[in-house]
Amino acid sequence: MTLLDSSLPGFPDAAPLAGLAGGVLIGLAAALMLLGVGRIAGVSGIAARAFGLASGSQPRLGAWAFIIGLPLGALIVTSLTAASTPAFANPVTLAMAGVIVGVGTRIGSGCTSGHGVCGMSRLSQRSLVATATFMATGFATVAAMNALGIAVLP
Amino acid sequence: MMRETLVPLASGTIFGAGLTIGGMTDPARVRGFLDLFGDWDPTLAFVMGGAVLVMALAWTMQRKMLRPFFGDGFALPDRSDITPRLIGGSALFGIGWAIAGLCPGPSFAALAIAPASAAIFVTAMLGGMLLVRLVEGQG
Repeated sequence: MTLLDSSLPGFPDAAPLAGLAGGVLIGLAAALMLLGVGRIAGVSGIAARAFGLASGSQPRLGAWAFIIGLPLGALIVTSLTAASTPAFANPVTLAMAGVIVGVGTRIGSGCTSGHGVCGMSRLSQRSLVATATFMATGFATVAAMNALGIAVLP
Repeated sequence: MMRETLVPLASGTIFGAGLTIGGMTDPARVRGFLDLFGDWDPTLAFVMGGAVLVMALAWTMQRKMLRPFFGDGFALPDRSDITPRLIGGSALFGIGWAIAGLCPGPSFAALAIAPASAAIFVTAMLGGMLLVRLVEGQG
């Protein structure tokens, strides 16, 4: 992973090549879903379908298979690399953020994968607007939390 | 039926691997990207850029296909209306995304990295989805 550890001038913490490599894999995964079974690889929608929280034409078994694949893929990568475990927010913060993400993605019909990756690449107007919106409120939220001195990660 | 299951399993697995390699299962990376006015980490833009480039090619292929390789037909969103729901929901999602540095894909992938933390987020997220379904009825 030495090449993937390369950095970007001016941004010593960034991992542009690892990011690009990961992004290409995500794009291939979404392409497989689209060209293979004719569906959007939108995680929030597929999760809702798997857990019986959304109706739709997608077979629930297929939705489950996709969701189970996500940690499986992560497990394969972490078992092959010696990366340290990242830090996560405390349980209360995680629960609060989780509820907001669950409500928001259902009302907004998608998340970073469905709108961000699949929709933007299709130049879907709805997805372009959705992505611009969640990016904007994401930037504003981190800026506001920093201004208020609220740190969620150690 | 087999292919309707194996293809999503392969897709999810590659997706989860990509998220992990790209650093998206690390909340600090994601919050670093959203810290646009502070100590900005552009990594997420490379992840998104790589994924969108590959998918843009996939869409050009899709337009020439009558049906997917392993399915009977395409089941794709066809709406183009910009609604208050779309904007309001997305605005809310962005807030939750920024608070913990997690969105749906990485939260499921993180079940293999930090199971306890990821399980709390995923359970709460499914609870939020259930809430919408209960309030709005069976949609």
